[in-house]
Amino acid sequence: MKPAPFAYLRPTTLEEALTALAGEPGAKVLAGGQSLVPLLSMRLAAPSMLIDINALPDLGHVTCDEAGVRIGALARHAEVLASVEAAASQPLIARALSHVAHPTIRNRGTTVGSLVHADAAAEMPMVLRLLEGSVDVASVRGRRTIPAAELFAGPLESTLAHDEVAVEAFFPALPAGGGIGFEEIARRHGDYALVGVAAVVTIADGDVVGARVGFVSVSDVPVVVDVTDHLDDPAAAALAELDPAEDIHASADYRAHLVKVLTPRVLADAIHHARTRKQA
Amino acid sequence: MSEQVHDVRLHVNGSVHEVQVPARRLLSDALRHDCGLTGTHVGCEHGVCGACTVLVDGRPMRSCLMLAVSAVDSEITTVEGLTEADGTPQGRLSPVQQAFSDCHGLQCGFCTPGFLTTITAGLRDNPDPSEDEAREMIAGNLCRCTGYQNIVKSVLRAAEITAEIESGERT
Ligand SMILES: Cc1cc2nc3c(=O)[nH]c(=O)nc-3n(C[C@H](O)[C@H](O)[C@H](O)COP(=O)(O)OP(=O)(O)OC[C@H]3O[C@@H](n4cnc5c(N)ncnc54)[C@H](O)[C@@H]3O)c2cc1C
Ligand code: FES
Ligand code: FES
Repeated sequence: MKPAPFAYLRPTTLEEALTALAGEPGAKVLAGGQSLVPLLSMRLAAPSMLIDINALPDLGHVTCDEAGVRIGALARHAEVLASVEAAASQPLIARALSHVAHPTIRNRGTTVGSLVHADAAAEMPMVLRLLEGSVDVASVRGRRTIPAAELFAGPLESTLAHDEVAVEAFFPALPAGGGIGFEEIARRHGDYALVGVAAVVTIADGDVVGARVGFVSVSDVPVVVDVTDHLDDPAAAALAELDPAEDIHASADYRAHLVKVLTPRVLADAIHHARTRKQA
Repeated sequence: MSEQVHDVRLHVNGSVHEVQVPARRLLSDALRHDCGLTGTHVGCEHGVCGACTVLVDGRPMRSCLMLAVSAVDSEITTVEGLTEADGTPQGRLSPVQQAFSDCHGLQCGFCTPGFLTTITAGLRDNPDPSEDEAREMIAGNLCRCTGYQNIVKSVLRAAEITAEIESGERT
């Protein structure tokens, strides 16, 4: 289990990284390496060059303002999880991150890397999709913002072009009247979820006026279902739009069962959260 | 075409190791083969078992998921670096190492270096863990021998030893 040979570059400016990436069609970006290095070692990936972004300046930030939380490409999961301001602005970030792998993996893996890795079994792509956040990317051609709804193309496939580096992710703040819930079932704590469910609700004058639910590990991209008009049976509404997949970890029936159990539970948690949360 | 090698300066346990490695050299292999520090063990080589865990700038990380070329700016501590200097050639066992010895926290010892590094950092963050917190601290490391009971005891004992040293009860 050793990687195949590749060339290696450790640029110290973003411009240098972008130029190198544009000039080498077989190159890949190395961030935390917590997904990429296993793929290299198992020889499921064999890039001609790795462009290591760990020495780039100014990408390690986790900053918050009224709009929400901005996470730089070199902010490790552990640093995002430790940010009190981020948890106050958008509590779903920390709730979901505490289920991402083990602390040791979180010390190295980046949240932005996890987003662009686009694993449907990963928590943060679904959270970004559910919150309608976005990712800013840069290339020699310029910068653009990719909304979460347009970020995930397929299993382990994002819509970043080959020459683009993701520089920052944006997660909108939870507005007044909002509430969140998250729960997942995994074989062991820290493992990838068999099924994970998150919910975001909006309450006005005591009534639920918006309710959306996101699913991890159910389909091959993160899926979000609006259940505002199906509060009596949100799981049925969700299953009508989901097509649970079978793999070595769980049968399709078992996944459908977990969706049925978790959806109403997480939605109830989110409604409770919205009703009891201290309004700023 | 012969593979390009890189001159890499690794800072390990307070010493500098100048090694020549290809870019694909995993940090775990560089420590073992190029630096001769075979205390770091390699089990699964894809991040799951924890045997290869070392401290990178004080934080536990999987050395099998880092490239040696990418570790140049970091201070690395392996299990060899946990032992404290006391003037003798072998040094003195650290509180966590002493606790594993006291509580029979290892059998074959394959997983042990990863537990020792993980717990050393864990106790720095939480010097007085409950039993549940001790279990949580080691949840990312696998051991095929002990059944974990004595490893949990070792975590709690290491916290005691550290407290005894700090209060001057133990030298
Ligand atoms: C044992 C283990 C358990 C895990 N469990 C979970 C889990 O339960 N849930 C979960 O979500 N994840 C889990 N992970 C994965 C972990 O979260 C990774 O950190 C994350 O998926 C990738 O982030 P990274 O920084 O390590 O990216 P890398 O591994 O460096 O890169 C991953 C991919 O994204 C690309 N990439 C990364 N950053 C950028 C960028 N800025 N611009 C462009 N491309 C980029 C790379 O080219 C590569 O293709 C686990 C990993 C391990 C080893
Ligand atoms: S050898 Fe690195 S985690 Fe198993
Ligand atoms: S002591 Fe043998 S694997 Fe842990």
